[in-house]
Amino acid sequence: MYVAVKGGERAIENAHAWLAEERRGDTAVAELSVAQIREQLSLAVNRVMAEGSLYDPDLAALAIKQARGDLIEAIFLIRAYRTTLPRFGASEPVETSEMACDRRISATFKDLPGGQVLGPTFDYTHRLLDFKLAAEGEVPPAPSREADEAHVPHVTAFLNREGLIEEAPAEETEPRDLTREPLELPADRALRLQALARADEGFTLGLAYSTQRGYARNHAFVGELRIGAVAVEMEIPELGFAIEIGEITVTECETVNQFGGSKTEPPQFTRGYGLILGQSERKAISVALVDRAMRWEELGEDNVGAPAQDIEFVLSHADNIQATGFLEHIKLPHYVDFQSELELIRKLRREAGAVPAQEAAE
Amino acid sequence: MAATLAPERPPETEARRAYMGLLARAAEGRAAALLAEAGLAQPFDWLRRPEIGTVMVRGRAGGTGAPFNLGEMTVTRAALKLACGTVGHGHVAGRSRPGAEAAALIDALMQTGRAEEVEAAVLAPLRAEEAARKSARAEKAAATKVEFFTLVRGED
Repeated sequence: MYVAVKGGERAIENAHAWLAEERRGDTAVAELSVAQIREQLSLAVNRVMAEGSLYDPDLAALAIKQARGDLIEAIFLIRAYRTTLPRFGASEPVETSEMACDRRISATFKDLPGGQVLGPTFDYTHRLLDFKLAAEGEVPPAPSREADEAHVPHVTAFLNREGLIEEAPAEETEPRDLTREPLELPADRALRLQALARADEGFTLGLAYSTQRGYARNHAFVGELRIGAVAVEMEIPELGFAIEIGEITVTECETVNQFGGSKTEPPQFTRGYGLILGQSERKAISVALVDRAMRWEELGEDNVGAPAQDIEFVLSHADNIQATGFLEHIKLPHYVDFQSELELIRKLRREAGAVPAQEAAE
Repeated sequence: MAATLAPERPPETEARRAYMGLLARAAEGRAAALLAEAGLAQPFDWLRRPEIGTVMVRGRAGGTGAPFNLGEMTVTRAALKLACGTVGHGHVAGRSRPGAEAAALIDALMQTGRAEEVEAAVLAPLRAEEAARKSARAEKAAATKVEFFTLVRGED
């Protein structure tokens, strides 16, 4: 039980003043601007947007500055801010097949329409510290090459043509929304994908890794990973038609997994899916693997008791703000609770005869 | 998928959709700056003062299947009325009140006799800037496109 206590106001004020000073650090070192964080720590900004579940790079950068780089604290700030804003509505589903791709790779097809586009990736770097970055300097412009305006189709679309992979036919259902109603089970796939999109990256990565190591293994290949800009359209009631209200960067991963099939249906590849706000491919791949593992029942697979198959377990523990809120509250004053525990243990020890008369008398 | 489902709209609606999208995507402050530079702004009354809020962005499972809620984005909207009674609506990504005001004013002006001037002084430059920004990115991406060479295998 948490009980309100009085006192300590001065100590709290002073602690916060010191926090502000420590946040600033050595004043002989130039202060970071929000724009610098947004531009130069952009993957941290992207993570805060994805898990804060609010796309706004400036706000995420501000939150990172305020949180001294503690990304979970920054996500907390974004979640709290979000609740102060009115919601204008929901967008049309984004058309990821129309994405302007910065990156688009497939681990399953070498030659595919639209090609393999590496984009600004850490892949194939040697992971050696680059001490040149410790010195300031101009970066030469990246090479460019004439781009064909060709539409880049989804990889699964080719496999669909041969009927080799399960289809994902369009539906126009109204999805449940975790931000409007508490999590209730059973959770359909739409709710799971929302929960995973805002789930902690580390937790999701660990679960995805567990499926690769054999806890509900589903033999995933990255059929396609794409990162780029998509338009967001929304119906505007005053206008009577939909308009684009902006453009956002998203990361999408589709996995191609081993077979489903039944007496009536021939064997087919199955699919996992991950879509994340911003650029975050580790997260998108992780979500796709966990999404696929959670589909065991729908695909007629056995529940082998693996953590990633346990929808209730995953969805109840994937949110780092819920988790850290509950975890960290135990450090706040629990004096009354603890007092009763102390009395209890003293009584038990007396009854067990383990306590000298002197102590028991106290 | 949506292309096949997209409703048939009259050409003037399509044109309005196109420039409203352009205004929503434009770099913060650009539309307002171009409008001020051209001296095209007119007095107006607010129907809805600029208001910051969010829109829940949706995706589809598997890219094409059932919709799900991906996460929100910040959006600022405004509505205003010119002295002649023409109503303009503005919606821009992010949290810029002047941006939403400029978008709404431009929408209103585009429905008046000043449309051609606004098109030339504001929309055409915004379109050119967006095209340059997009093609610069697409060209950098194209330079990272992998060219595969088939290697001769030893046993052949």
